[in-house]
Amino acid sequence: MNEKPRKFKGGVHPDDSKALSASKPIQDAPLLEKYTVIMHQNIGAPPELVVKKGDAVKKGALLAKATGFVSVPLHAPTSGIVSAIDKCPGPTGLAIPAIEITADGSDEWGSPFEPIADWRQCPPAELRQRVADAGVVGMGGAGFPSHVKLSPPPGKEIDTLILNGAECEPYLTADHRLMLEQAEEVVVGAAIIARIIGLDTAIIGVEDNKPDAIAALEAVAGRYNVRVQALPVNYPQGAEKQLIYAITGREVPVGKLPMDVKCVVQNVASAVAVADAVVRGRPSIERVTTITGKPVVRPGNWRLRIGTPIAKALELAGGISEQPAKLLLGGPMMGIAQRSLGVTVMKNTSGILLIAGDEVSLYTSEPCIRCGRCVEVCPMSILPATISQAVENKRFDWAQQLNVTACIECGSCSYVCPSHRPLNQHFKWAKVEIQSKLRKK
Amino acid sequence: MDTALVAIVSTGAIGGVLGVVIGVVAKAFAVETDERIERVGELLPGANCGGCGFAGCADFAKAVVGARALPGQCPVCSPDDVRNISQYLGIEAEQKEKRVAVVRCSGDCANTVRTLYNGIRDCRSAVVVAGGAKGCDHGCLGFGSCANACPFGAIEIRDGLAVVHPELCVGCENCVATCPKNLIVMVQASVDVHVYCNSPEKGAAKRLVCKTACIACRKCVKAGEEGQMVVDGFLVRTNYENPPTTDLVEKSQCPTSALRLASKHAANEYQGAAK
Repeated sequence: MNEKPRKFKGGVHPDDSKALSASKPIQDAPLLEKYTVIMHQNIGAPPELVVKKGDAVKKGALLAKATGFVSVPLHAPTSGIVSAIDKCPGPTGLAIPAIEITADGSDEWGSPFEPIADWRQCPPAELRQRVADAGVVGMGGAGFPSHVKLSPPPGKEIDTLILNGAECEPYLTADHRLMLEQAEEVVVGAAIIARIIGLDTAIIGVEDNKPDAIAALEAVAGRYNVRVQALPVNYPQGAEKQLIYAITGREVPVGKLPMDVKCVVQNVASAVAVADAVVRGRPSIERVTTITGKPVVRPGNWRLRIGTPIAKALELAGGISEQPAKLLLGGPMMGIAQRSLGVTVMKNTSGILLIAGDEVSLYTSEPCIRCGRCVEVCPMSILPATISQAVENKRFDWAQQLNVTACIECGSCSYVCPSHRPLNQHFKWAKVEIQSKLRKK
Repeated sequence: MDTALVAIVSTGAIGGVLGVVIGVVAKAFAVETDERIERVGELLPGANCGGCGFAGCADFAKAVVGARALPGQCPVCSPDDVRNISQYLGIEAEQKEKRVAVVRCSGDCANTVRTLYNGIRDCRSAVVVAGGAKGCDHGCLGFGSCANACPFGAIEIRDGLAVVHPELCVGCENCVATCPKNLIVMVQASVDVHVYCNSPEKGAAKRLVCKTACIACRKCVKAGEEGQMVVDGFLVRTNYENPPTTDLVEKSQCPTSALRLASKHAANEYQGAAK
């Protein structure tokens, strides 16, 4: 019954290393003494603090409220005392404000809202408000507030809801295990999201290297009028625009959003968070994270609370067997390298990945030999080699003309470059310079 | 033989005729130039740094002759240059105070915690990745974006730290906007005492990542006269309105050597000063 998915242009096939953790069931992390919730976990405006030092909070209680439309609230990961409001290393390397909660051990719920038992009868606007109140963000990595995607402006018609279960990043298996073990919740989340945007069906896209997850989803999908679509393995299959093309054949124009081609894409973990918020009345305070890599003693998948220090998370996985050369939050292709263990788990931390010393090399960037491999693999059909040269000469205007802003930073070009050119970093830099120029105007 | 003669004669004739035409046209359509512009241009340093706010030295010369700018606006000109130009134009030479750049960081590789960074060697690019791989979020990254922007070679990257040589700096301000950490400020060249730290973090946090951070112990505030050094959160700064004398550095015994004389800092005399 499945339509044959289309193949998007380009892409690469890195070694996926998923076997390290794919067979490990999700385990609940034990309660820790302290959690440090980073204040700004979403794209958009940071939330505003509503607690102060010394306040007692229940698990799920509001810590910070949204400030505007593109902003999400934060909730307490456990019951306890707000022991400090201080700076903590953020995922980008720079220190950002964070709220430290010292657990009281009772882990008593004090959710700010009630479950919505019969969501099928609930008005969509109320469901959308619940998604916003629960602080659900895109848990695949971007951290974009989910309720914003579910609020298409008037005049924008939506006809397709796609759930992203591709998990094309190597190493990561968090979404895989989630789809396998909580298939029903994924599908219920999909059905709720569909109701919010006025649809009665949804498509879950899953790469076909996860046949068990596809089978688990298909077993329950029919009851909720949801379809599961197997997709060929090709990185970046899970990138929003590539996923939309693979499933619907529609191309999102440069500078436009999925809603401009009548699509909404949500990550499967976000769907579970939506289901939790609606059916169980729980805010987004935990997520499934893959802790993996060669130096990790027991790689696996854990349900971690937001605010769990990375060092504690690594202890859960049995610690490390050798000194790692690199710590990444996320996968090896798009993950962000960290320079300290002080970072804590955020809503978009899909993986904690350690890379061993013998798995990485220190390359020097060589001149471009114009082999064109980056152009071949670029899924956005831009010209990485040319843009990289423009950036090297600080010609950011030229880079802009060459559509550097269309780059999704998937890293495929850097992956194939035989001259080891830091292409991805060039594009990130160009985007920052173009942004700051726009802001100055 | 004949052909060669014809060629020589005809080319000569054409040349002669065209020469006359060009001569006539040049006289008839001559563009009137103010010779003073050229002369002022010669007196200017010709660095084309843009520090005056005009498109280059020629444009500035035009503005000076047209009385739209004063010679003193050129940051590169020495007081002598300004006097010469003013004399030539018959205007009054204004008093000009030289300004120089200060990079408010003393955290070189020996004194700071750093992470391995193998990316693009440019501060503005490095800051996009993990904030630049330096333990201190506010310190100099040392990839030399400012040094590259300096047309006078006044900024040296020494052991991962940008150091301004005040005697070479002319105050064109080209470096100021390039620093992603906003470390560079322009101050009067007559002031020699500066605090080489710009981190607003708490003292203990700073010391964890940098041996030469200002920990706001206020020794210098007490050693100097009132109002010469001002406390700004967890940081002390020189009050450039009421600057201290150079002996303050000696008197205050700064425990981290964040308080330095710009001249000695440039000469690398503070190595190993940190405890």
